[in-house]
Amino acid sequence: MSSETKQILTTDGIPLEVSLKKAEKKNKIKAFLLVAPLLLFLVITYIFPIGDMFMRSVDDRMVTNMLPKTFKAMENWENLDELPPEEVYRGFYEDYKLLAENQQHGKLGQRLNKEKNGFNTITKKLFRQIKRNKIDESVSIKEQINKIHKRWRNVEYWQAIKRTAPPYTAAKYLKGMDMYFAADGSIAQVNEDRRIHRILWLRTLEIAFFVTLFCFIMGYPIAHLLATLPMKYSNLLMICVLLPFWTSLLVRTASWMILLQQQGIVNDFFVMIGLVTDDNRPEMMYNKVGTYVAMTQILLPFMVLPLYSVMKTISPSLMRAGKSLGGTPFVAFLKVYFPLTIPGIGAGCLLVFILAIGYYITPALVGGASGTLISNQIAFHMKTTLDWSFASAMGLMLLSGVLIIYWIYNKLVGVDNIKLG
Amino acid sequence: MGKNPEFVKFDKVDKSYDGKVLVVKDLQLDIAEGEFITMLGPSGSGKTTCLMMLAGFETPTHGEILLDGNIISNIPPHKRGIGMVFQNYALFPHMTVYENLAFPLRVRKIEKDEIDKKVDKALSMVSLNGFETRMPAQLSGGQQQRVAVARALVFDPAVVLMDEPLGALDKNLRESMQYEIKHIHESIGVTVVYVTHDQSEALTMSNRIAVFNDGKVQQLSNPAELYEKPVNSFVAEFIGENNTFNGEVIDIDKNKCRVKLANSEILANPISVKNKGEKTTVSLRPERALINPTDKMDNMFTGKIEEVIYHGDHTRVRLNLLGSSEFILKVPNSTSNLELKVSQDINIGWNSADARALDPK
Repeated sequence: MSSETKQILTTDGIPLEVSLKKAEKKNKIKAFLLVAPLLLFLVITYIFPIGDMFMRSVDDRMVTNMLPKTFKAMENWENLDELPPEEVYRGFYEDYKLLAENQQHGKLGQRLNKEKNGFNTITKKLFRQIKRNKIDESVSIKEQINKIHKRWRNVEYWQAIKRTAPPYTAAKYLKGMDMYFAADGSIAQVNEDRRIHRILWLRTLEIAFFVTLFCFIMGYPIAHLLATLPMKYSNLLMICVLLPFWTSLLVRTASWMILLQQQGIVNDFFVMIGLVTDDNRPEMMYNKVGTYVAMTQILLPFMVLPLYSVMKTISPSLMRAGKSLGGTPFVAFLKVYFPLTIPGIGAGCLLVFILAIGYYITPALVGGASGTLISNQIAFHMKTTLDWSFASAMGLMLLSGVLIIYWIYNKLVGVDNIKLG
Repeated sequence: MGKNPEFVKFDKVDKSYDGKVLVVKDLQLDIAEGEFITMLGPSGSGKTTCLMMLAGFETPTHGEILLDGNIISNIPPHKRGIGMVFQNYALFPHMTVYENLAFPLRVRKIEKDEIDKKVDKALSMVSLNGFETRMPAQLSGGQQQRVAVARALVFDPAVVLMDEPLGALDKNLRESMQYEIKHIHESIGVTVVYVTHDQSEALTMSNRIAVFNDGKVQQLSNPAELYEKPVNSFVAEFIGENNTFNGEVIDIDKNKCRVKLANSEILANPISVKNKGEKTTVSLRPERALINPTDKMDNMFTGKIEEVIYHGDHTRVRLNLLGSSEFILKVPNSTSNLELKVSQDINIGWNSADARALDPK
């Protein structure tokens, strides 16, 4: 019945829908043009770098491009527990010779050395043989190479070369979780004493969680005060909350260092009131305590502001209604006020947690060995080991971790319930 | 059960917020059990403060408030058992209508069956059965208002306070809600203290009205008396429309006084003037002055029409009379209507009993 309703025409006889679309089109284009610069900016500064990071983290084409003939020949290498056939040796020799002519052989040696220790030595030996033209191409290359060093006669080294064949690899991600591809291609755990990353991940989660908790416990009453105090006091309090925002992050962290060090003000105070003895001052810096204290203080405004903006919208008459209807102040708070602040709690906690999970400068300065986070490890690989692909892989793992948390949060609380202001 | 005439008692209550200005001054007010009393006054007159003191959200600076003979100044709001309807309803937005109504019962640890019964009864009182599962945001303003009323009544409080509950509603809805609240009050006999600045609302609903100004009760009486017999010029001015003449008493006896205006004299009913020579403001309701009166009236004057405004059921005529161009007449829209034209001269008359000589403005 209703589907048979006649198409509505405008006075000119054009269907209404068509006419509406036409009228809206201009607005749509205008709206798009307005956001276009921002969109472009986002693509350039956000989407591209992340894409590039991803490519870097899985890219393993260097060896693939350096040893084309070797890998082609390896397709016919059937029994992997035995040394490869002559054609693989010949392919490798030809590839390596070409690299040596182009001065690229050093890179290959380093890359293979990462895959299996000892490669650097034996590739250098091979290089010297080639340079002196000691290799006779008319006879078996396999025998000549095997003679150069005993490691060339070890099948594990050839297996290692074969493992580098695929142009893309997830090895960096496995490394980030203290795992690696074993010789037979299966995934194995690194030795227990070398599992550092997993500890860092867990510690990062733990610190982010507790910092969020502390921020919530401290921020909730502050936000409540801010929202309920008369204007002249709440403005002052607001400035106190925002002041850290206007101060350099480094300055704030440095001031915590002054406060928390063993001869610092806090320790002096503890000694003065007799809480600790002078020769037994607790270490509050270069460990987790320092990280907790400094990060909580620095991230507190991110908790207070969303909470404040939500609390500001809650009419004081609601609490009064709760009380006049017979609820004790506590019941009125728990049943009326608190549920109404949940959107703010959600926003504040999510904000603080996500910021905390990727925090870098503060843990680097006051964290010491037991208070550093995964971001410090990423920075270490960016600056010191120059293993950018590993740093990228860990960065992406961090990003996906945050996305997963966001997803879980959305399932539990619902992102629609977040209110930032 | 004998009705207690002093069910709620404000005993010499003062209230100051800043220690400099008294918002409520020496308030003495008795509210009888089952009464519908309205506190009426302009904003800032202290009426809402009185309500908040009664509810327990403000404490009196001096004096006591008694509920059924007990001093309640030190009892926190949640133990007073006073229902309250707030200006913006203050419904809990995260609870359904049912949960809103059940809240005061749940905190009193009433059993589930009993709660269901009471909620059902309260909702039927405001004819909102079937709305239990709605959220407040899904209701219209009038419906929210009714839920708020039902919530304030559901736990059978002895007193219900209403703080301008109809302020946010449009005119028609406000009028129908006025009757509805009045009927609810009549059917359950609860004591209602109602605060408003809308005089017609106060006149329609209340048993008694306390007119507040400047922290004081100016007059406390029933609606008819308040309108007919205002005791001072503030009340006369605030309630209904009013024509005023400022002058000086030149002659006075028991029922009449002669008041000298700028360039004429009128007869008036002495209310708050006692002696010759006192300054006074004479107040006269517009509907008490008649055009071309057939009866003999002791005040008869001629005025010139300045403006005629058609109001449907009546016509308002602004006259230049006795040196004032602000004299208003209300002419009912009857079939024998006169031809009223601007700048026409007409005869006006009123009885001196209706012209009340009050305190000077």
